Amino acid sequence: MSQSLFENIGGQPAVDAAVDLFYRKVLNDDRVSHYFDDADMDDQRAKQKSFLTMVFGGPNDYTGESLRDAHKDLVDDGLNDSHFDVVAVHLQNTLDELGVPANLVNQVMALAAGTRDDILNR
Amino acid sequence: MTLRYAGVDYDCRAGETVLDALLRQDVDASYSCRNGICLTCIMQCRDGAPPADSQKGIKDTLRLQGHFLPCLCTPRENLDCEPPNHGEIYGRATFREIEQLSPSICRVILEPATPLYYRAGQFINLRRADGMVRSYSLASVPALDKHLELHIKRLPRGEMSNWLFHRAEAGDSLEIHGPIGDCFYVPERPESPLLLIGNGSGLAPLIGIARDALASGHTGAIHLYHGTRHREGLYLDATLRALEGAHANFTYTPCVSGETGKSGRAENVAFAEHPALDGFRVYLCGYPPMVNAAQKTAYLMGANLDDIHADPFELRDLRLTSRD
Repeated sequence: MSQSLFENIGGQPAVDAAVDLFYRKVLNDDRVSHYFDDADMDDQRAKQKSFLTMVFGGPNDYTGESLRDAHKDLVDDGLNDSHFDVVAVHLQNTLDELGVPANLVNQVMALAAGTRDDILNR
Repeated sequence: MTLRYAGVDYDCRAGETVLDALLRQDVDASYSCRNGICLTCIMQCRDGAPPADSQKGIKDTLRLQGHFLPCLCTPRENLDCEPPNHGEIYGRATFREIEQLSPSICRVILEPATPLYYRAGQFINLRRADGMVRSYSLASVPALDKHLELHIKRLPRGEMSNWLFHRAEAGDSLEIHGPIGDCFYVPERPESPLLLIGNGSGLAPLIGIARDALASGHTGAIHLYHGTRHREGLYLDATLRALEGAHANFTYTPCVSGETGKSGRAENVAFAEHPALDGFRVYLCGYPPMVNAAQKTAYLMGANLDDIHADPFELRDLRLTSRD
């Protein structure tokens, strides 16, 4: 029996290690940071944590519907594929910096890619 | 939806908060921050439970009696509410001293009728006899100071601040509600450096936090930056310099932004002098645009979000004057 992705990647401690690295990269990037200007930072960080938990294959309460609702106003404000790609690269770099093995990174990125249409409300 | 307040029916539109619905229909409801922080607008539900997310920050005894914040409450069904349980919320306090510290700041010393158990850096709401409520930060430290101390900035059209400046006298009394807020000294990790940044009367909670930390045996460095537009706004300059002389781990940096050749805005000076904030606890006090921007900057410079303390809220009096 093989372990789950979430166990292999290191579980909740891996999420904790990744969330600030990831969120700081996104906030530091002028191409996407303005989408976070009105967000409460504590709430936003908590959301980033549950998002990472999901794409790490862990237990989460995200649904396609909740991703759609959360990003609807941003899509109206111009959020598109280019922004999704920018954030995806920050996620990949975060995992690389943390030394996550490439085969696990690929699995995470595949799960993240699966959220694209919900996030962009298509 | 129908919103019954004090026995009168009003309508509440979908997505509208209870506070907005009442104000739209000309109800004279108390409010200030509209953000769930100041608790000025607190009300009580007559039957049924208000949505849980409109009860955050309310102490348990009040929550169990159905108190909630109409500024956070977007009802999903009809709601029957009324003004809060007055005796439960407010206590009496008497002015002991009102002293002008600078042209626009005065120090108010209050003695509560029953002891107030608070932490330095929290705030209280003052309620005048006519029902007007305003929030002010506590500058005193419970372990060091006998009475409560507030620093009041006089605002051009500020009803409460002008009353405190010109009309209130020692011996007068009013009502207080509190303490409120999460912006206070945390005694864990006494070796961690503290960065305290405040503008104007935002110095009040910071001097309380600094004195509390020093009295609690904090060993890490404590850096306090006080920003004002003009030099005369540095209203505790002598006190803070004396504190600096008495404690090797405390530094005070006055920042004047509105005079040529001077040091600049407090947050910019502070961040330039502390480019790496890993392990710091950061306290920010002032108006929301400064606090929100500084919170983000501090986080990007390495501070943990949980270690950045701030109670940003808009002063109602301030909104009556032009901002820029």
